[in-house]
Amino acid sequence: MTTTDAAEAPPPERLQEHFDATIARDQRIEPRDWMPDGYRKTLVRQIAQHAHSEIIGMQPEGEWITRAPSLRRKAILFAKVQDEAGHGLYLYSAAETLGADRADLTERLIDGRQKYSSIFNYPTPSFADVGVIGWFVDGAAICNQVPLCRSSYGPYARAMVRICKEESFHQRQGYELLMTMMRGSAAQREMVQDAVDRWWWPSLMMFGPPDDASPNSARSMAWKIKRHSNDELRQRFVDMTVPQAAKLGVTLPDPELRWNEERGHHDFGTPDWDELMRVIKGDGPCNAQRIQRRRAAHEAGAWVREAATAHAAKQAARGKKGAAA
Amino acid sequence: MSDDHVYLTLAEGHEDDTRWAYGTGFEDPLHGVDTTVPDGVDAGELAAECVALADDALVSAQRLAEWVTRAPELEEEVALANIGLDLLGQARLLYSRAGQVDGTGRDEDAYAYFRDAGDFRNVTLAELPGGDFAFAIVRLLVLSSWRLAHFRRLVTHPDPVLAAVAAKGVKELTYHRQYAAEWAVRLGDGTDESHRRMRAALERVAPYLGELHTAHDARDELADVLRQVTEAAGLPLPVYRPLPDSGRAGEHTEHLAPLLTELQGVARAHPEATW
Repeated sequence: MTTTDAAEAPPPERLQEHFDATIARDQRIEPRDWMPDGYRKTLVRQIAQHAHSEIIGMQPEGEWITRAPSLRRKAILFAKVQDEAGHGLYLYSAAETLGADRADLTERLIDGRQKYSSIFNYPTPSFADVGVIGWFVDGAAICNQVPLCRSSYGPYARAMVRICKEESFHQRQGYELLMTMMRGSAAQREMVQDAVDRWWWPSLMMFGPPDDASPNSARSMAWKIKRHSNDELRQRFVDMTVPQAAKLGVTLPDPELRWNEERGHHDFGTPDWDELMRVIKGDGPCNAQRIQRRRAAHEAGAWVREAATAHAAKQAARGKKGAAA
Repeated sequence: MSDDHVYLTLAEGHEDDTRWAYGTGFEDPLHGVDTTVPDGVDAGELAAECVALADDALVSAQRLAEWVTRAPELEEEVALANIGLDLLGQARLLYSRAGQVDGTGRDEDAYAYFRDAGDFRNVTLAELPGGDFAFAIVRLLVLSSWRLAHFRRLVTHPDPVLAAVAAKGVKELTYHRQYAAEWAVRLGDGTDESHRRMRAALERVAPYLGELHTAHDARDELADVLRQVTEAAGLPLPVYRPLPDSGRAGEHTEHLAPLLTELQGVARAHPEATW
């Protein structure tokens, strides 16, 4: 049983106090526990945005499944994109434990009321992009998501444990593809460097705006929905990526990037925050295309979902008739 | 928590890379299997059979991959990808076997990426483009039922490799057929629109069923499945007559070449590359 047992439930006037104490003890909030409206809304927004990102995130790489240049890479990519659909499913389910509805969240995505990660609004013109997305984008996602395995909301935290394990496979597969390409032809090495140049800055933006411009962060950290600030995670990502780039033999496109002995971290340049804002507001290279594809699939599938519902209803009616006879 | 190391340890050695994802890590899928062609088995015939079955699977997987990000529901996104991955796995094993026994020593990619349409031996139903979810379901029902019937016979094939591939495939194809049959019934029974779309899909598929009749001896089982499913779905049984081989003889519709252009384009643009 959960903490919702009648015997354990606090009296109404002490619900907030009980919630605060649960958070303070680093214990989990479960679906049937009382929670403040703001906490519920913040979680639904964050989990839905994360689910949408998984689903929209299938598109940039999914383009390459039919064109992957070896059967092994084709299978890896097919499996990866399938995993992303699975992640979307877990996350929508986690949102549903908070009273959200998947169909409604999908509507909100395709009519622009809810967001997804801005990184997926960039194009994937070469097969090296598949590798760099694995290395940078999945890597940044891991940095963001590993702390979420300790998120205060139980279903979200548990979904993240599984998702992080799979993301780490994807990330290593991406890095291994790049290693292989860097050992290949000159044209392949150029493709890798070009993809690194294009994805580096957008990847740094995946951690969100700088802390002093991130209005919701402080409250999410107080509620332990979020565990580290945007800037802390971004620094961690840079520090981990620099030696990996050296081992791969690529250059990260930032002239200000250097080790700072005193800080024990790398210094690095400032991402173009205006670009991030433009892409978030819908003016990235592929925003319209991504939403259009999702909308087209959703609308083209309406008759299938209606047929499934109608069949289930007919079956139920036939079952009742059979039982009554 | 310890998962924090995931990104940190990325550049270190990975001895366990083979376990990354299903069917994706190994260089030689038939490593450790006795690959000698048994006495009494004609190597040329065996290779031709492996290539034909691999081509059916690869071309079908390519069409299923086109559904990625376009499926009517996330559950179907996952299921169609799963089926595509199974078929891709079957194709890889069968190409590898063909390369061992036809004397050329070619690897799986040589068959998939460096043959032209006229060299492919898939049945033409597999290569037909586009269509709605009803068409995808009808085609999957037909091809999975037919392939399953054939694989069940191949389980006792004198070639141990082909027999092993078939044994693995039977489990996968049983699920594919089940998935397609369930959807066929749902759509046939569901709404007027879904019923109409299923009828149209059956009509579109019917002309290509004749080819399946002569290519293998699995015809009775396929006919049985179609009868059962159309009956449960309240749909008419498609009418068709046996036709001579076309895809199996290398004669394809105009749709195969563009499919292969997409599949092979990057590999052929970089023939000197390793991926």
